[in-house]
Amino acid sequence: MKADHTLDCIGLYCPMPIVKTARKIKELAPGEVLKVISDDTGIKSDMPAWAKKTGNEYLGLEEDEGEIKVYVKKPAG
Amino acid sequence: MSEDKMTIIVFSGELDKALAAFNLANTGASMGMEVTMFFTFWGLGVVKKGSLARGKKSFMQWMMNIMKRGGADHLKLSQMNMLGAGTGVMKSLMKKYRMPSVSESIALAKEQGVRFVVCTTSMTLMGLEEDDFIDDVDEFAGAATYLSLASDGKVNLFI
Repeated sequence: MKADHTLDCIGLYCPMPIVKTARKIKELAPGEVLKVISDDTGIKSDMPAWAKKTGNEYLGLEEDEGEIKVYVKKPAG
Repeated sequence: MSEDKMTIIVFSGELDKALAAFNLANTGASMGMEVTMFFTFWGLGVVKKGSLARGKKSFMQWMMNIMKRGGADHLKLSQMNMLGAGTGVMKSLMKKYRMPSVSESIALAKEQGVRFVVCTTSMTLMGLEEDDFIDDVDEFAGAATYLSLASDGKVNLFI
């Protein structure tokens, strides 16, 4: 999946990936996609929950060898 | 974006419970919620300056403030403290896994606009004044303030 921005959260645990995502998404232009890389498995549930609550769009995840990449899109306009 | 309200009563003054409270406060703020933390009873120790007893106090209040020094960096685990050894191990584990300390969690909460309210009744009981608390405290108030916030709250917790 393609992303406009990447946020590396490897080695960080709940709630830091979510706190950092919330901060980072503010820097994105509407319609842009953020990729968050994490090794905290909680992110698989937490990111869709966060996106739903904050009005961002959760696009899905890719997982390889303990690295979880989750994608969220800032709503256009 | 929603602006749901969330309140947390921080009744406990232990490291583990304070971390749980700040963890939820910081996540709530990151989810766009308006978060207020209400510190009461032993929770006062979390937002106290780390200094020892000072000012006008009765003998009992002096003793209480010496035994329960407070300050975010001096909190102990609620279990397995083992005269501080357990707390020391927990703190080093937290550092190893890059988890924010209570002090760092307080800074993060303030950065995210979390409001801190300190219970004035507990202050009186423990002989504490406004100057005994860190500057991050926004308000000194009572139960009515809390309940008025909590009645609008979607998430209200007691820790």
